[in-house]
Amino acid sequence: MGKTILTVDDSRTMRDMLRLALSGAGHTVIQADDGVHGVEVLEKAGLVDVIITDINMPRMDGYGFIEHVRRGSANRMTPILVLTTESEPGKKMRARDAGATGWIVKPFDPEKLLAAIRRVSP
Amino acid sequence: MDPMEAIKQTYYQECDELLLAMEEGLIAMESGEADSEMINAVFRAVHSIKGGAGAFGFSILVAFSHVFETAMDLVRSGKLNPTPDVVKVLLRAGDKLSDHVNAARNGTTGVDDVEVKAELARLTGADPEDTGVPAPAEFENLAFAPIMIDIGDDEPAAPATPVWHIRFAPQAGLYAKANEPYLLIRELGMLGAIEVTADLSELPDLTSLEADQAYFAWDVLLRDCPDRSKVEEVFEFVSGDCDLKITEEATAPIASAISAPGLPSLDDDEPVEPAPVEAASPVAETQLEEKKAAAPAAAPAAAPVAVDVVKPTIRVDLDKVDRLVNLVGELVITQAMLSQRLLDNTQQGQNVSVGLGELEHLLRDLQEAVMAIRTQPVKSVFQRMPRLVRETAAQTGKEVRLEIEGEATEVDKTVIERLGEPLTHMIRNAIDHGLETPEERVALGKAAEGTVKLSAEHRGGRIIIEVSDDGRGINRTKVRQKAIERGLISANGNLSDEEIDNLIFLPGFSTANTVSNISGRGVGLDVVRRNIVDLGGRITIGSAWGKGSKFSLTLPLTLAVLDGMIVAVGNQTFVLPLSHIIESLLPKADDVKPFGANGMLLNVRGAYVPLVSVGRLLNVPGASHDLHNSVVILVESEGVGRMALAVEAIVGQRQVVIKSFESNIGRIDGIAAATILGDGRVALILDIDGLVAGCREGAGRPIDYQQALGA
Repeated sequence: MGKTILTVDDSRTMRDMLRLALSGAGHTVIQADDGVHGVEVLEKAGLVDVIITDINMPRMDGYGFIEHVRRGSANRMTPILVLTTESEPGKKMRARDAGATGWIVKPFDPEKLLAAIRRVSP
Repeated sequence: MDPMEAIKQTYYQECDELLLAMEEGLIAMESGEADSEMINAVFRAVHSIKGGAGAFGFSILVAFSHVFETAMDLVRSGKLNPTPDVVKVLLRAGDKLSDHVNAARNGTTGVDDVEVKAELARLTGADPEDTGVPAPAEFENLAFAPIMIDIGDDEPAAPATPVWHIRFAPQAGLYAKANEPYLLIRELGMLGAIEVTADLSELPDLTSLEADQAYFAWDVLLRDCPDRSKVEEVFEFVSGDCDLKITEEATAPIASAISAPGLPSLDDDEPVEPAPVEAASPVAETQLEEKKAAAPAAAPAAAPVAVDVVKPTIRVDLDKVDRLVNLVGELVITQAMLSQRLLDNTQQGQNVSVGLGELEHLLRDLQEAVMAIRTQPVKSVFQRMPRLVRETAAQTGKEVRLEIEGEATEVDKTVIERLGEPLTHMIRNAIDHGLETPEERVALGKAAEGTVKLSAEHRGGRIIIEVSDDGRGINRTKVRQKAIERGLISANGNLSDEEIDNLIFLPGFSTANTVSNISGRGVGLDVVRRNIVDLGGRITIGSAWGKGSKFSLTLPLTLAVLDGMIVAVGNQTFVLPLSHIIESLLPKADDVKPFGANGMLLNVRGAYVPLVSVGRLLNVPGASHDLHNSVVILVESEGVGRMALAVEAIVGQRQVVIKSFESNIGRIDGIAAATILGDGRVALILDIDGLVAGCREGAGRPIDYQQALGA
């Protein structure tokens, strides 16, 4: 039941909240601070079950990170959820075009987060 | 601590960092040096503050940061040109944001942001009352009633609830984004009873089949789900990557399902009895329960009363820690080597002393490395100053530019923490008293905008911080006159320019004719000096009439060690802080003159300085009272002046580790702290300022340190 989930967010607060919600549900959480770090962490971690990423981040933003993962990493078929406060269709569309599987609107409710994960990962 | 509460503390710490980054970026924008990455960083800072605020339900903070974020978004996307006027609004918004964060942290409300919000709204053309809280429709609670997936059951459901016919034909893009039809159908199964038929009619021959194309479609009949929006929500992520048709139909067979899109039934029937859950996630279920149970308990914790005190933490460069770890490793090896050599009897002496030498080296490095962990760049204090300058400038109606130099200079964290107040005061003072009004400046042929410069640098094992302005400088005539009026100096005293300038540090001195609410807050420069002296530093001022003044602070890099001169008095050893020592000398017999009943003066190149025997002052047993045969150390105390201390001998000069004893035996006048010498003896560190002041007041009243120590 427990999945391995990578969270990519430049905010410590958000990383902590994700970890709390996810590990509380029995998932294993690995973390990265931004897109570049996310790519590095994924290279080491290999295949993960779900990736959750923020959009606005330094060095490499969420769009860049998703494109990178989809372009040909071991995780190119891994579901990616985008985490953002922006609920505008424009941002979602851009994330989708980059290859995002779904999105979660911040501030998230742990239940909704888990429901979104369930919707993209067996 | 409740995990959410712990995260909240992390959030506040993060906010502080984000606010600093924001301020830095905004200031770079103000000076026109900001590149797009810096502008982005400002946006992200505001964005992250808003994100966390939303998670903790700080709705006022969310509302304000939303307006601010909108403006920053326009700037970063090039739709709003960051002209000086725009940046000015953004800077004010930054200050307000920081107030809002503090209000959230302290559980207070009432930050007046109406004006700034209106200005931001003017920039963005938005409604200032837009709260930034997304409409609740986006993500309603998924209060599903789990049902066993029942496929192939022909029995029609209760007629009151609609039956949904969902035609779902994925396109290739759906798979490319790692969506999975099975999961979506499973999700439908959680909404109600489903009947699934796969449509394989599009499936080509194996030879023409392409792996990344989509060929399947599904027809799903969903019963017992009254809410159409729940069905739509299942397909939220894939809505652009599939052909989806949701129609309401009677209990007709799938083939003839061409009914008009109907409205969802408004009947509010009893929900279907939940069947044992199979496919649904049991973990998620229990989470939900726990959360509900925990919610009322957590609510009171959010009340303002329960504000947790944040323990001070420092974030340290990994390099520093690595260096430390490495050194400790070396130390263990050297220790092992030494004990090995002590066991080997051959060539004992030589090898042991080599080992000891290495150990000494390592220990010195280790000490430095440990100290370095506590050091931080002064940036954290310096970065608070631009806001101060803006506010003070606005209050005084002066135009001020702040120049900052050397903000990467590192100093002990304790020093940094206690530097804020004196710096604030000096900068306020520089703007309020130092700088002229723009009109006056123009009349004097100066630029209308005054400059205040704040700089830090390392010099000779200490840190020098300077606050200078290009204002009017100190009016010495006025200062002198005032000092005479207040009885601080005598009317015919002969003072050098430097001495007159430094009169402004005397308690109770203020040259401002009217007490403004900026500098004159009942705190004079004497308090600033007290703060600096408490940190083991000193402060001086230099000034040129009409050109400006400069405050210089000299501070130790750390409060944990001190460079001291070790002196012997009687059977005791004392440490004098090197920072206070001007020189040491062997007085000639005719340089020592009696003064008053039992006072002495020492002639130091023509100037007379009070001479006191440390042995007598501290009542040290066995101390020689023969001042003519003693060594004299000339010390200078902040404010009180110079004094000559007679000791019996100078033992040496070394760095000592300060051991405070105030918490154990209280404060003792004239003694600052203690240290342990190389031979294991305890030596007292003299508090020069206290000694000199005590002598001036009590004229040689002995301080009974032995009684105080209980020795």
